[in-house]
Amino acid sequence: MSFIIRRLVFYVVAAWVALTINFFIPRLVPGNAVESIMAKFPNLQPAAYRALEALLGVGNPGSIWHQYWAYLADVSHLDFGTSVSEYPAQVSTLLGEALPWTIILVGTATVIAFLVGTALGIAAGWRHGGGLDRVLPGLMFLQAIPYFFFALILLELFAVKVHVFPIAQGYSQGLIPGWHWDFISSAIYHSLLPALTIVLTSIAGWMLQMRNVMITTIGEDYVVAAQAKGLSNRRVVFTYAARNAILPQLQGFGLAIGFVVSGALVMEIVFSYPGIGLLLINAVTSNDYPLTQAIFLVVTFAVLLANLIVDIVIVFVDPRARAREATR
Amino acid sequence: MTIAPAIGTELTAVTQEAPQPGWWRRLPAKAKVGVVLFCLFVLTAIIGPLVTPYDPSYQNPSPGASMNAPSAAHLLGTTQSGQDVLSQLLVGIRLTLELGLIVGVVATALAVIVGVTGAFLGGFWDELLSLVTNVFLVIPALPLLIVVLGYFPNKGEAPTIAVLALLLWPWGARVMRAQTLAIRNRDFVAASRETGERTWRIIAFEIVPNEVSLIAASFVNTVLYAIGASVALAFIGVADLNSWSLGTMLYWAQSQQALQLGAWWWFVPPGLAVALIGTALVLLNTGIDELGNPRLRDASSASRIAGRWLRPADPTPVLSEISQRRHGFAGFLHSFSRSSLLDQAEAGERR
Repeated sequence: MSFIIRRLVFYVVAAWVALTINFFIPRLVPGNAVESIMAKFPNLQPAAYRALEALLGVGNPGSIWHQYWAYLADVSHLDFGTSVSEYPAQVSTLLGEALPWTIILVGTATVIAFLVGTALGIAAGWRHGGGLDRVLPGLMFLQAIPYFFFALILLELFAVKVHVFPIAQGYSQGLIPGWHWDFISSAIYHSLLPALTIVLTSIAGWMLQMRNVMITTIGEDYVVAAQAKGLSNRRVVFTYAARNAILPQLQGFGLAIGFVVSGALVMEIVFSYPGIGLLLINAVTSNDYPLTQAIFLVVTFAVLLANLIVDIVIVFVDPRARAREATR
Repeated sequence: MTIAPAIGTELTAVTQEAPQPGWWRRLPAKAKVGVVLFCLFVLTAIIGPLVTPYDPSYQNPSPGASMNAPSAAHLLGTTQSGQDVLSQLLVGIRLTLELGLIVGVVATALAVIVGVTGAFLGGFWDELLSLVTNVFLVIPALPLLIVVLGYFPNKGEAPTIAVLALLLWPWGARVMRAQTLAIRNRDFVAASRETGERTWRIIAFEIVPNEVSLIAASFVNTVLYAIGASVALAFIGVADLNSWSLGTMLYWAQSQQALQLGAWWWFVPPGLAVALIGTALVLLNTGIDELGNPRLRDASSASRIAGRWLRPADPTPVLSEISQRRHGFAGFLHSFSRSSLLDQAEAGERR
């Protein structure tokens, strides 16, 4: 397990860097942001004023080290302060409401896109120069479209022109969120188009990468040897070529997850989907600094966690890695 | 003294032959399409703003000019406030491309400096630099960009370029480091070291010229991501909304309900432009990839023998990373990286 533990240490370091960046950004920016916020939101209480001063490091909140430790302590208690734009709601409450939406939608869609894309990549790599290669330019075009623009087009086609899907929101108006079928079915119905957007725009990337690794792997001697032994194509493809080609693909998944999640966040805005992305845009447009910073941290931590899971999967999938783990 | 110029001319004659005249023909078809498409957009960016039929910001007050569908007077229709979409598009393409290219140059330069220096120096500095690279690789860039730019009172182009360039170098640095590791122990590098060349000279004149295709690929990738990110940022309003870029066009189209009002001519052209620029860059990159890795080329280069497609002699795959002995603190730092898992040399050492 020592590899996993070392990777865990790495992610803790990365998380600490993110926290530290988050702490110093507002302190490096010139000008007094608190005054402008207070002018914008007249209903804020003096307590909020002091909390903002502490967050942004203006006024006289003590030495920088003292502030830093206080900040770390707050974050470790999941205390991100009070939202400015939705005063007096706690930032952590708002996050708690939005997170499940994003995790379920973006998580499921990303995993589906990865699995389907990898499967298509295996097929395209095996039948190099075949029918699937013909659609590659089209897929590259899909990949190059910004997520949110693709979302706009899908909305126009399937919600405005043809009323197959709802135009916005996470669930039908008038429903009370809860564990009953009306709500769940409505939520699934509303999530289909956003999920389709994520799958269609990100599938090409996974497919291209898998195809390229697959082609390189098929040229390896052990694959040729397996074919020479007369093994069935099915066996050669899956247990010889794909099994080895999937390792770089998994590493790529870890690296690309940040891009995918970022794209999905912007996409949520188009659908007015009640997740983290919509929360982020509302926070940015209303200068709600506490909320913006907390969202950055949450997204970063989610990406770090996804990477850790990828590492664990790699250990289980790669026999070399398992063997090394055992000898330690 | 008389011999020296003769050798010199001979050498230049040889080197001049090196870039074959038929480089365009050797380029894969995908890359050709990419080059042509991208050049079209660069031309549009250069000429476009000079030939705009209207001032892109001019708001036509007459109610009849609002939300016009494409016509002879307005080839791409008008916006809610009567602005000409075509004029905005022509100006917007320039601003977006400009931003992408500047970010690409700065970020790629940073990537080369960090990646090559780290790999060439080796040991502690290498491990430290790759640790920093990996940390910044794993922190998602777009949310960080939003947080940082959110604090700038006037979210103009300059802060966007600076922050994007500062966040987009790790990808390239990683690739550059791996390639430098693979060539730093080659004979020609050892030779120049023996002749007493300085480190910076070896890096600049021996190593970097051997990585031109990788640098090009990394540049194209960075431009691609920079354009995508800047458009996304503008779309959510984190940009100078008074300037015309493809992103700000989409922002105004979205915020003024172009979609709900059925004004496709308002939001389709800028989005399509982004998508086409992106496609051009992706095609270009696949082409560069295929140039470097012949196995990826189209099956047309393979010949059919006894019902099977065989490709001419497969080249030895380039080792992405040459395992090296690591001692002390450098070894300790390296053990936290993902590649340490597959580092066989280190495993042997431990047993």
